[in-house]
Amino acid sequence: MHVPDGFLDVPTSIATGVVAALGVGLALRGARKELDERTAPMAGLVAAFVFATQMINFPVGAGTSGHLLGGALAATLVGPWTAVLVITVVLIVQALLFADGGLTALGTNITLMGLIGVGVSWLVIVVVRRLLPKRLSSIPIAAAFGALLSVPAAALAFTGLFTLGGVADIPLGAVATAMVGWHSLIGIGEAVITGLVVSAVAATRPDLVYAARPILAATRLEVRQRGVSA
Amino acid sequence: MSTTTPRIGRRFFIAFLAAALLIAGVVSFYASGHPDGLEYVAKSTGFLDSAADSAAAGSPLADYGVAGVKNARISGGLAGIIGVLVTLLLAGGLAWVLRRRTGNAPEA
Repeated sequence: MHVPDGFLDVPTSIATGVVAALGVGLALRGARKELDERTAPMAGLVAAFVFATQMINFPVGAGTSGHLLGGALAATLVGPWTAVLVITVVLIVQALLFADGGLTALGTNITLMGLIGVGVSWLVIVVVRRLLPKRLSSIPIAAAFGALLSVPAAALAFTGLFTLGGVADIPLGAVATAMVGWHSLIGIGEAVITGLVVSAVAATRPDLVYAARPILAATRLEVRQRGVSA
Repeated sequence: MSTTTPRIGRRFFIAFLAAALLIAGVVSFYASGHPDGLEYVAKSTGFLDSAADSAAAGSPLADYGVAGVKNARISGGLAGIIGVLVTLLLAGGLAWVLRRRTGNAPEA
């Protein structure tokens, strides 16, 4: 979903640049609470992994393809604020070194895939986690639902920006329908990959899954209380 | 939880990084060459022409290839490996600077 230069006009690009800067500024503050000596290297690893998986475009039919956005994966593994920073670093590396996503569109891409992709993912993850049983196996499912909805959400947000500042004169209904339709399919791929990767990490190192911390803490407390009463 | 924060562990770090390097360095060659969702929609609804070349288009790594390397498999794989390592250092370095220096991880 990397937006190239030219799709959106200058005022819209400046506006998304300001939104992105504010969002990343908040994330820099918020991430301090999430990061410690264990999670900091994890943030680097997750960023590297998201960069790698974004090189893998999977076909979604009719001559189009999609790749992981990674917002849900990153938020689940390292927490939402750190995830915004992780996705932002990936987007900056892609835009500057690989010419993937425009330079004037960098703020747009950070807003869409960083702020909205991660934000929607995390909201869905927290809600689904609350609805499911308090078990470690619920976390990959919650992450997959976050992934599933975050992609069409980002696509819808792009359509909104295109409405405000799209350079071309195109019927917006057509853009909205096509964007949300195709990205709902891409969201299914995002959900599958996110669920599998989170499952793999949770199976080997549950302590490195940020979204699993309340469940792990509750389990420990239960064990401790039983230990005391026995 | 013990009083010291558990480390990420060398084995986990190497396994996760190896997966990223393998995906970017080898598997990426087999990625779908079709346009992505946004590009496809831009083309089908008629606004793809408004796209402009990035100012970074002259980068030696532009479009996930290393300038001057003829073999597509090696060029793309090398670009992917460079990207993974640069991303790891930047994001890991930023997180390392921001981390809390003492105490336990908070329970989210």
